[in-house]
Amino acid sequence: MVTFSLTKALPGDPALSMVGERASPEVIESIRRELNTDKSFLVQYMGYVKLLLKGEFGRSYYSNRKVSEDIAAKFPNTLLLALGAMLIAVPAGLLLGFLCAVKRGTVIDRGISSLSVIGLSLPVFWSGLLIMLFFSLKMKILPPSGMGDIRFLVMPSLTLALPALATLTRISRTTLIDLFGMPYVRTARAKGLTERRVKFIHVLKNALIPLVTVIGLDFGSYLNGAVLTETIFGWDGIGRFAMEGIIKRDYPVIMGCIIVGTTVYVLINLVVDIIYHYLDPRVRLYAGND
Amino acid sequence: MIKGIVIVLLIILLASVFAPVLSSHGPEEVNLDELKQPPSLHHPLGTDNKGRDILSRVLYGGRISLSVALVAAVVSMSIGLLVGLVSGYAGGKTDTFVMLIVDFILAFPSLLLAIGISVILPPGIYTVMIAIASVGWASFARLVRGHVLSSREAPFVEAARAIGCSSWRILFVHLLPQCVPLVIVMMGLKLGGYILTEASLSFLGLGAQPPMPSWGSMVSANRIFIMAAPWMVIFPGLAIAVTALCFNMLGDGLRDRYGLEIKG
Repeated sequence: MVTFSLTKALPGDPALSMVGERASPEVIESIRRELNTDKSFLVQYMGYVKLLLKGEFGRSYYSNRKVSEDIAAKFPNTLLLALGAMLIAVPAGLLLGFLCAVKRGTVIDRGISSLSVIGLSLPVFWSGLLIMLFFSLKMKILPPSGMGDIRFLVMPSLTLALPALATLTRISRTTLIDLFGMPYVRTARAKGLTERRVKFIHVLKNALIPLVTVIGLDFGSYLNGAVLTETIFGWDGIGRFAMEGIIKRDYPVIMGCIIVGTTVYVLINLVVDIIYHYLDPRVRLYAGND
Repeated sequence: MIKGIVIVLLIILLASVFAPVLSSHGPEEVNLDELKQPPSLHHPLGTDNKGRDILSRVLYGGRISLSVALVAAVVSMSIGLLVGLVSGYAGGKTDTFVMLIVDFILAFPSLLLAIGISVILPPGIYTVMIAIASVGWASFARLVRGHVLSSREAPFVEAARAIGCSSWRILFVHLLPQCVPLVIVMMGLKLGGYILTEASLSFLGLGAQPPMPSWGSMVSANRIFIMAAPWMVIFPGLAIAVTALCFNMLGDGLRDRYGLEIKG
């Protein structure tokens, strides 16, 4: 299944390569010929696939630079941003979810749960602007946008982390609540283990398995969010690169970014599947029975 | 709880529908004497860099944001319902093939996929609807298919078959009504996300084209003025956030009330 997605993801949507035709109606015929857009759709598509197989995405219509080189240069920045966001979202999300599950039904649980729904409902580009307004324009403690030392990383990571944090809180809460009701937890309690040992050692260890999946899948939301976050904070990653491509209708750039983004996403899913396989013996057992 | 949310949503919906009556200014009415005015009695939410009344623009913007999200949700639901019913009931190779496509779509980062679609088609609100629906139907299809699969062998289906009902009749008269509550709850869960996707695509310039106001494009166009005139950004964004929040809470509430196990 995953391999199928991978092979499908790599050549991109066939229709995507068609966009070249619409790109430059007012540009002279010679450029069209240069870009091969005067050829038939199939020829263009085959040409694009050929390029892809060589690991290329063609050249930008505007800067005439190789898209693959630009993406390679910008990708580490996006990765840094995603890791920064993960560093905020994962510990905080697990902690809040755990707190909710332990204090289930109390004011703390209800408060955090409501906050997490709000977190899910905020548009990333707007919360980013509000964070910017607060930290750099009112408090004047962080630079508003651009790249540089670690201070520049704080606001974009925080913005990117918010929806992931909310998702993770919700999911770890329900996962833990489900686990608290499991027979093995009752057994552990019946053995006379302290409540703390039951909750922290027995339950938490088992909760990690489903949570690894969620954390991995959240990477996709980082890629989604990166397009918006990087644009707002002037972060020089592939998200902003894609956005600039969209504004200028620079199709090789847009397609390159989408293909790289989806490939990374699918690869991460694959890695998560593999990790899952190792973490949870039950999965291996079922797979063997099939 | 659910009642309260429904009331708030109705207010938002009615405010958008009756935007022409409620707003004091036209949404595209430029007034060069009142540029970037802070909120006042005359302009409750202030004015933007062209002197346009933000409240009026937010009200009119709601028409676009809400209708795009609602149409996308209804289209997603209908396609998903149909595909899920047929796929689950047919089983075998058809089912495997359809689920392969569904998994394939669900394996993609949704916004990137939607961006890809909105790039192929000319930008505009119909493109956004198509982009959202072409990704959205997959989760509905999976949900319905799962339900059909589990009730395909149920006694009432068997009974229907025994009295000579055709497959189509079983599908649409016996199984379809069973799936309706499921997909309605799912729609509630998804609508908040669709509002956000519409806003994001508009923010990226792929949605409603200027001067037509939509919440996402207002935030996008006004964000360079955030220092001088923060209200230009805050209010349209707030409209998105509150609407998305209401839909998310409605979805959660409905799911919990009917004890349905649906993953958002």
